[in-house]
Amino acid sequence: MIPLSHYLIVGALLFAISVVGIFLNRKNLVIILMAIELLLLAANMNFVAFSHYLGNLSGQVFVFFVLTVAAAEAAIGLAILIVLFRTRRSINVQDLDRLKG
Amino acid sequence: MTFLQIVFYVFSAILVLSSILVVTVRNPVRAALFLVLAFFSAACLWLTLEAEFLAITLVLVYVGAVMVLFLFVIMMLDIDIAQMRAGFANYLPLGLIVAIIMAGELALVMLSGEFGDAELPRPSGHGADYSNTAALGKLVYTDYVYTFELAAVILLVAIIAAISLTLRRRPETRYQAPEEQVKVRKEDRIRIVKLPPRPEKRS
Repeated sequence: MIPLSHYLIVGALLFAISVVGIFLNRKNLVIILMAIELLLLAANMNFVAFSHYLGNLSGQVFVFFVLTVAAAEAAIGLAILIVLFRTRRSINVQDLDRLKG
Repeated sequence: MTFLQIVFYVFSAILVLSSILVVTVRNPVRAALFLVLAFFSAACLWLTLEAEFLAITLVLVYVGAVMVLFLFVIMMLDIDIAQMRAGFANYLPLGLIVAIIMAGELALVMLSGEFGDAELPRPSGHGADYSNTAALGKLVYTDYVYTFELAAVILLVAIIAAISLTLRRRPETRYQAPEEQVKVRKEDRIRIVKLPPRPEKRS
């Protein structure tokens, strides 16, 4: 049978890939948002795997809430992206220096 | 090798490959489509873990709603891909080093023998009369009911925030003003003119 560690390793690989994605696409805000979605998926994968192997449904409930928050985050993030593109005509992260941080 | 193992390895290979393509492919539209594939294979993996409700939710909510939103936004924006890709190769070594260190550390923990087949054997699974949705629903509406309501509030806040951020009044567009239309009285529109009666011709 498939041990729990294989599911966890798939989650770990997903997590690492999405962190690389944030590193590689440092200019493209859309791809960064997609990488964040992948990161949350990696965390959810671990939750579901542990929930099944430990026989406790609370992990799945938590995944449910993570999905809710991720959907809200995607909606607000894309709205901010559209407003940004309207004012700056660009979604390059390096152009976003108006706050002088 | 059992059927379940074949399913697991095939779908996890598709998942990892498509997520690599999401972060490396040139065109953002293709990246979004590969993200759809990644979510779909993740949903299939969750089905092997008997999380049927969450797997279907992932397909419906993510593939059906969030990714369509992503595709709409990508297609509406006019993105200069060549400029976005500048410096892609510069960040590759650093990103790879960080990723390899992170994946190595996680793999060390996971292969340490705590999560093997002997320590935590795979449960035999539920019977055909078991409903994952009913069990989750019972838990959500009893133990986690306040959290559930909080999630609803978060979604409401997200709706209001997204609409109010992107709402734009164009001065050149002509709008209806229903409140003015409702407030109007007869005297504003109609003028009653008293005309003198026309004198009749006499023959």
